Amino acid sequence: MASLIGYYSLVFGLCASLLIVFFCIKNFQNSLIFDNKVLTFTFLQLFFVIISFLGLIISFINSDFSNETVFNHSHTTKPLFYKISGTWGNHEGSLLLWLLVLTLFIFLFLLKSKDQSKKYRILTLLFQQIIIIGFFIFLIQTSNPFNYIFPVPSEGLGLNPILQDPALAIHPPILYLGYVGSSIIFSSTLAATALNYVSVDWAKHIKFWILTSWIFLTLGILLGSIWAYYELGWGGFWFWDPVENVSLMPWLALTTLLHCVLILEKKNLLSSWTIILSISTFTLSMCGTFLVRSGILNSVHTFANDPERGLFILIFLFSLIFLSLIIFFFFHKQDKKKYNFFWLSKETSIVVNNWFMMYFLTVVLIGTTYPIFLEVLTSEKISVGPPFYNKLIIPFLIPFLFAMAIGPKLKWIKSDIKDKFYLILFLIISLLLSAFIIKNLNINFLLNTVLVTSAFYLFFITTRDFFSKGLKNLSQNIAHFGFSLLILSILLNNIFSSEVITNLKVGETLQLDKTQIKFESIEKKNINNYAAVIGKFQVRDKDGNTQILNPELRIYNQPNIVTSEADIKTNLFTDKFMTMNLVQNQDYFNIRYQIKPFMIWIWISVLLISFAGLTSLLKKKNYEN
Amino acid sequence: MRTKTLFSIFIVFFLVLFFFFYKGLQNPNIYTPSVEIKKDIPNFEAKLFNTNELIFSEKVFKSDKFYLINIWSSWCVPCRDEHSFLLRLRENVDIIGLNYKDKIVNAKKFLNEFNSPYRLILSDPDGTIAIEWGAYGVPETFLIYNKKILKKYIGPLNENSLLEIKRMIK
Repeated sequence: MASLIGYYSLVFGLCASLLIVFFCIKNFQNSLIFDNKVLTFTFLQLFFVIISFLGLIISFINSDFSNETVFNHSHTTKPLFYKISGTWGNHEGSLLLWLLVLTLFIFLFLLKSKDQSKKYRILTLLFQQIIIIGFFIFLIQTSNPFNYIFPVPSEGLGLNPILQDPALAIHPPILYLGYVGSSIIFSSTLAATALNYVSVDWAKHIKFWILTSWIFLTLGILLGSIWAYYELGWGGFWFWDPVENVSLMPWLALTTLLHCVLILEKKNLLSSWTIILSISTFTLSMCGTFLVRSGILNSVHTFANDPERGLFILIFLFSLIFLSLIIFFFFHKQDKKKYNFFWLSKETSIVVNNWFMMYFLTVVLIGTTYPIFLEVLTSEKISVGPPFYNKLIIPFLIPFLFAMAIGPKLKWIKSDIKDKFYLILFLIISLLLSAFIIKNLNINFLLNTVLVTSAFYLFFITTRDFFSKGLKNLSQNIAHFGFSLLILSILLNNIFSSEVITNLKVGETLQLDKTQIKFESIEKKNINNYAAVIGKFQVRDKDGNTQILNPELRIYNQPNIVTSEADIKTNLFTDKFMTMNLVQNQDYFNIRYQIKPFMIWIWISVLLISFAGLTSLLKKKNYEN
Repeated sequence: MRTKTLFSIFIVFFLVLFFFFYKGLQNPNIYTPSVEIKKDIPNFEAKLFNTNELIFSEKVFKSDKFYLINIWSSWCVPCRDEHSFLLRLRENVDIIGLNYKDKIVNAKKFLNEFNSPYRLILSDPDGTIAIEWGAYGVPETFLIYNKKILKKYIGPLNENSLLEIKRMIK
């Protein structure tokens, strides 16, 4: 029943789209004031999508296996929480969520943009409806979440256990708010370009949406990364997996866009940059969807995929790209006025920042799509790994960090950096500190020292700014400080991580120079939908401190999959991370013990970065009041 | 003028990109590094299950076509589990059954009860043909294209292998 309502709501939602388009066109030509019918129908559309989404959630809660999506991804013994989160843990359901965010954002946009011109609002809505209609058709045609199966199976196939995790339950909705939220930036930019309305006022208005998407995207990536860290059991948090890359690319574009729109807001410059970046952010999100859902790339996120779906998104994606190209090239009027950029100014530093970001974006894009090109040309299958990214990104990170430290110090248009004695002082301090840290380690001295120096430099400069500038430019300062902390933690984490991999039996002890690992016992437990094997390990470090670690193996009943749950002991300075795996047909367990310094600071710094976005949003609100 | 040139360059660039992605989609996109066998199928002769006629393997497998050869038996319990998957695959690919060490009567009863997914069934009463294929036991399933073994499934098929087969034969 719920499925049926869900399905028909989708069809009604699509009808609402067509009505909206019709009223939009009528309203655009005939009247000077905004037609409230349009708003009503937009609300109606949102309402239908919400009903449809609820219908799917209810089918999941009731374990209604006559619904194919529920059958494929749920099971009666699964806890209620994961029954609900299973709704978007699959291809069909997540596309429905995607549609929900699309319609939600356009409705909020219409409510929030009442002070904008009618034509601009109508046109934004029209462009957004093009996207929405595309997704409606995609959903109904190729990925209907409400397919009926008969005879009704008595039990479902279950949700992949590695997805049964709290962080991953909220990861997709948060990420989608950012990912799909960028659609509104795309639509309104196209509208503003077509109407020649890319201006200071527009920048003020669109900044809210850019910040909102950016905050959610940042948090979404963070959640995914945390999940990968403790669930996948490799002890890493970023693997340069295609799916991670496709979330990073829109993030890079969006971050750059955020900087450009600030310039547009203050100086009415960089309008072309802003338009191109707005378009790229959303097309990169779409491109990500294409790469992941079509199965053209292999990754941890491969849903059961189907080339037919891929073809649909591909054609849709390129239609949007061509539409944007036409609007950009034939409607956008370049300002003819002379810029008069002074070379040492904040604008220059932002343009420099843009080029750096574009470089990083290109590296990630090439790394992600290169296997596709290679396969088409030579039928060779490869995957691009971390060394590629490290080689190409790290050297450029150094000047980037320095630019980030000094850039905000340059005043708008003209500046002189006299009396900036402390800039040099901090450089020397950072250099000495880094050299001191690196010198005793067996790694490339020069590169690592310079790298750590640049991170420390940004760290010190931004820290000083908290005291010297106070609340002025607070959000920018928090963000840059967070970024320096992020890079610093990643670097130190990489440099100081250590790892022990060994096979142990119950009762055995592994003795190393610095640590002693004792496998004390194992315990078996039966929990709702899985059986757990919990190991008890005593780890003693060189100072004689002991700690008990309890890594766990879970044997899920449906589907029958074994997952390994890491046990992680976190404190402010270091994480102790242990996983345990079965060695087939033996009493031995494969033990992996890692010491990962500053892990928690990686998470904290990303939280800080998104918090900076939030303060910027709030500040803007106060300013308006 | 400059706008138009730039515009054309971009259009051409994206068309090329489109072409590559489109081509990429058509490649079988399942990553099968070590399991991909690409071995030639064995040549053998066998009796047809229904008519007891002798048939040569060259006659059974044509080039340029996907086949699934499924080794089964009425006495094999996991074969019952995978039966529904075979029935679901029947539309997509020609399935050849190899009836392994079985009594004709029991096998026929099995097929009557569960319906037959097979286009053609070969008999292997003493299990020698299964040995030629390199099978360890029942059930086992081989995906064949161009007279080469693409993939081998040991044990009953499941939802994942079903999806994988569907993907590979697209």
